[in-house]
Amino acid sequence: MNAPVNSARAAAGPVGTSPPRVDGEEKVTGRARYLDDVEFPNQLWGRTVRSAVAHGRVKSIALDPAFDWSGITFVTAADIPGENLIALIVDDQPCLVGVGMEIQHAEEPIALLACEDRERLERALKHVRVEVEELPPLLDPLASQKVFKKYQLDFGPGASAAEKKAAREAAFASAARVVEGEYRVSHQEQMYIEPNAICALPREDGGVTIHGSMQCPFYIHRAMQRLLALPEEKIAVIQAVTGGGFGGKEDFPSVIASHAALLARKSGRPVKIIYKRDEDVACTTKRHPAIMKLKTAVAADGTFLACEIDVVMDGGAYVTLSPVVASRGVLHAAGAYRWPHALIDCRVVQTHTIPNGAFRGFGVPQTIFAIESHVEKIAHEMGLDPLAVRRKNCFVLGDVTPTGQVLRWSVSARESLDAVAELSRFDEKRAAFAQARIDHPHARKVRGIGMSLAHHGAGFTGSGEDKLKARAGVELTATGARVLAISTDIGQGTNTIFAQMAAEPLGLPMSAVEVAQPDTSKVPDSGPTVASRTLMVVGGTVAKAARAMASQLASFVAERHGVPADEVVCTGGVFTHAAPGQAPRELAAFAEIAAARLSQGPLVCIEQYKHPAGIHFDDETYAGDAYPCFGWAATAVEVTVDLDTCEITLDRVTTANDIGAAVNPVLAAGQIEGGTVQALGYALLEEHHWKNGHILNTRMQNYLIPTSLDAPHIDTIIIENPYPHGPWGAKGLGELPMDGPAPAVLAAVLHATGQLVPVLPITPERLMNAIEGQP
Amino acid sequence: MISQVEVTSARSLAECYALLAQRPAGLRVLAGGTDLMVQLTAGIGVERLGHALDIWRVPELRQLSFENGTLRLGALTTYAELIESPLIATHAPALAAVSREIGAWAIQNRGTLGGNVCNASPAGDSLPLLLAAQAVFVVGGPRGERQIPSSEFFVGYRKTALGADELLLRIEVESDEQAGRMVYRKVGTRRAQSISKTLLAVRAQMRQGVLHRVRIAAGCLGPVPMRCYAAEAAAEGKRFEPRSLPGARAPVDASEVAAVQAALDADVKPIDDIRSTAHYRRRVSGNVLAQLLAELSGTTA
Amino acid sequence: MKLQLEVNGSERAAEVMPLKRLLDVLREDLQLTGAKEGCGEGECGACAVIIDGQLVNSCMVAASQAQGCKVVTIEGLATGAELLPLQRCFIERGGAQCGICTPGMIVAAHCFLQSGKAATDANVREAIAGNLCRCTGYQKIVEAIQQAAGIQPPDVKRLAVHEEGTR
Repeated sequence: MNAPVNSARAAAGPVGTSPPRVDGEEKVTGRARYLDDVEFPNQLWGRTVRSAVAHGRVKSIALDPAFDWSGITFVTAADIPGENLIALIVDDQPCLVGVGMEIQHAEEPIALLACEDRERLERALKHVRVEVEELPPLLDPLASQKVFKKYQLDFGPGASAAEKKAAREAAFASAARVVEGEYRVSHQEQMYIEPNAICALPREDGGVTIHGSMQCPFYIHRAMQRLLALPEEKIAVIQAVTGGGFGGKEDFPSVIASHAALLARKSGRPVKIIYKRDEDVACTTKRHPAIMKLKTAVAADGTFLACEIDVVMDGGAYVTLSPVVASRGVLHAAGAYRWPHALIDCRVVQTHTIPNGAFRGFGVPQTIFAIESHVEKIAHEMGLDPLAVRRKNCFVLGDVTPTGQVLRWSVSARESLDAVAELSRFDEKRAAFAQARIDHPHARKVRGIGMSLAHHGAGFTGSGEDKLKARAGVELTATGARVLAISTDIGQGTNTIFAQMAAEPLGLPMSAVEVAQPDTSKVPDSGPTVASRTLMVVGGTVAKAARAMASQLASFVAERHGVPADEVVCTGGVFTHAAPGQAPRELAAFAEIAAARLSQGPLVCIEQYKHPAGIHFDDETYAGDAYPCFGWAATAVEVTVDLDTCEITLDRVTTANDIGAAVNPVLAAGQIEGGTVQALGYALLEEHHWKNGHILNTRMQNYLIPTSLDAPHIDTIIIENPYPHGPWGAKGLGELPMDGPAPAVLAAVLHATGQLVPVLPITPERLMNAIEGQP
Repeated sequence: MISQVEVTSARSLAECYALLAQRPAGLRVLAGGTDLMVQLTAGIGVERLGHALDIWRVPELRQLSFENGTLRLGALTTYAELIESPLIATHAPALAAVSREIGAWAIQNRGTLGGNVCNASPAGDSLPLLLAAQAVFVVGGPRGERQIPSSEFFVGYRKTALGADELLLRIEVESDEQAGRMVYRKVGTRRAQSISKTLLAVRAQMRQGVLHRVRIAAGCLGPVPMRCYAAEAAAEGKRFEPRSLPGARAPVDASEVAAVQAALDADVKPIDDIRSTAHYRRRVSGNVLAQLLAELSGTTA
Repeated sequence: MKLQLEVNGSERAAEVMPLKRLLDVLREDLQLTGAKEGCGEGECGACAVIIDGQLVNSCMVAASQAQGCKVVTIEGLATGAELLPLQRCFIERGGAQCGICTPGMIVAAHCFLQSGKAATDANVREAIAGNLCRCTGYQKIVEAIQQAAGIQPPDVKRLAVHEEGTR
């Protein structure tokens, strides 16, 4: 039974309402201090000398003797005290390419410079002489033999691979239709409006403190330990207000921090590195490109029978996060559908290009683009209604995924499709636009509407969360509580929802709850701010800790006031005695109790996240419960195509996202809308052009993200189908909106023009070629 | 280095001429800053820059008037001024319309028509309109003033006929009532803040039901913004119904449009670049031209 | 050169190179870090300020051109603790997420509201087309500006799904 949510939760706390974001005032007045707004006393500016070629060997590094180098700090690999390494998953990426070492991508860091005078520093860059023996670069992922990681999902009846294959082939042989397709997506740049920015300060104890724009302070912390050969306690990493991340500040900050730290160590002064936009675009990680081949067996009535999917992802020069991106990609590649037989292969390979990394969606926008576009192709070739095909095959409660996971709760594929179909008047427009093309065959503008269905596993894959052992909690303060977690607010509203999720169990007003600045030396490691886990996993852990503290405080109050602990309630910052059958009686204000309790010593409650019982994943066979739960999203996109120019205008977008429960509906809608527009940019505008391993378009002027005139009006529906083990029923939300819009655009263009353009972005040039029958 | 560049913030044309007469090395003119400041920040041209002549406050370069069927636009006329001007709305509304498609509001407040002209980029959005209007550029310097027809001004890739000691003073454009209605279409990369892939501008009068004095100009179809003389000749004396992509959905005889499009094809030399392809530019400019000619013929809805 | 100008209602002065960008003068010499650098080429609008009543990108204005001008930055919009209704709407409607585009966005929105143009979806979007945002998708920004203009935007649509027999 579905019903509109009654948002007036009487006497409940802030969860489920939309209190204004806690950092809103500083942001709207310009008082929020991002890294570049802070001047560090005695600071130097830092810059990186980079490789001009995509592949080669460094023969020598020298300073031009004709240049005045006084007051300039110079660092090469020889200056690295620990390991010459950016530590992440696999130890393959050096911090600096030294003499005799191999350059694996253009812009690869070779040496570092620091100087007080920024203009002089720029000139100095041009006077570092690096001699390189050039080697031919491998730029085509399909030609690469160096596999970073590969996965295979082999799902179907049968005890062995041979049996499964036989059954699958039988399904193909007997199918009414076999549909094949190939789909390609390329790099996408995160284009956070604040470029990467880091300052490293040397410490008296020989350690280093790092401040900056980042998503995962402990990633940097771990990387610095190995680079600088320092123990944990001599490194502190502190997040500054961060102007956007989207994954682009997940792993990359370890690179820029390593440069700043080495310069700080050598110069003995703070070193600030702020990337200008073109350096940021040219040198930092991007979304993995992918080439995806699908072959599907379909029954005459549109029932999906079997699929064989092959995905090749381009990892760039170093492994970075590729194994995890490919993992997520493979786990979502068959889409939100039942497949009796599924063979899915995914490999991520090396090329001599900039290493690729995390970008919202993390492998899923790529593989969902392929499967959803393929569903359109199936419907188109078989003359079936694509929405009906989706409804017929989409997961429902109790279905089994290609890893053998039984979907036990919170499945909203059908509900998402239905909600979007209704609000967008999908069937009506589908028929009307098609009729318009029949009535006016010579019109120069045609309209189309298309739909997609996406799902996204919330939290880390498989045993990731168990391995991580995320810890977070709350500390009692004189007036309320402070949330302690390394999770970062990068715009999505972490600080606000943490305050809500702590305030409610504690019975405090939001204003009494603060969130500690993420500082590795002061707060527990709640894990990285990635994988749509911050609200569900960390927020849930914060709430658990808040409940523990509330319970302890209730006991304290009970003893102090001589009442049973289970009759003590805190509401609105006031402790009351709620005896059964009697009117509640005020006991004390929170501040009074806090003061009394703190006089005995601090009160800190830290909890560790644990998956609910019964969730089990085998990392070896890649079988089992890949994620504790999934988010679901349907998206309808309406377009007008101008046949004179093949320009595609987005008229309207309607999207329904099931996030379990909206802890803060306005912030949740903001995530959905923001992710949707990023995905629309992916679909239509965003593309890198390459030459010999260099990116040609490295500026905002020529790498185009949507402006307010490109972004359409978005009708958003938040679906709340509670996940029983999520805090207040909530599931992960951050990445789900990124997965569906691009194939919905493809579907709309197909509807309008009859052309399926299986490559992103769907530019006017590509659409024109398709219409004209050109490759 | 930027810190060693001398800047003259001129307050009069005489002051500008006095500096120009000295022919200082590495002289660049600074108007609204939307081009030069961006280049300097990007490190382009910094080494060559010796002296900047800031003309932003030279009053003689600001005017927007109308006399005897001709608009006189000072070189420092901003896009925002064109958008807001009742004179432009009355006498050359296409100039206001194209100004709204240049950059966005903050750029429109500082970007100048004169800057667009003197940068002479093949992608300069006002330039095809000025060419189609057969605008006259009035330039001046210590050696006096002269007029340069727009068709003779763009002599090479980002090169103009301006002398080393000359400044663009104003741009003179005949009104729509006098010279014919002007229409254009910019095909950009996105809906705002976009550089053109192609931009066609057409001006013509209707006489006895056919197009007369057809002037066609294009941007981004060659190294300079260009007049399309062959296409003009093919369109002259004709009248155009709305047409479709030849061969795809053509409802009736499309041969006249095809002839104009073939002539345009001969006029232009588009290339493949970061923004688009030569093929796309050819095809689109032909389609857009057909649409604009139909619009001028008064046959579109 | 000795640059003298009025910033946020106060007379200010700084000794700067004449071609120094006004953005850098504000941030470095005048300690007004509200205006941000996002692109250095006038594409993103994060550096937007108001000069003599006009919205401009401060990364494109040379110091010498700001001589004697009246400049208003994000810091000058609120008077003390009293935020503009526009700023309040941004906070309440979710118009700011990471906040880096917010100063420039609010300056542009403020200019728009001052212009008296009708706050239709199309007009608002055109007014902020020179301010890039990567977080919000613009929807909540448009709603916040409309709310400041007195147009009440719709609430977030929510749909509850209850599952029978969850295992």
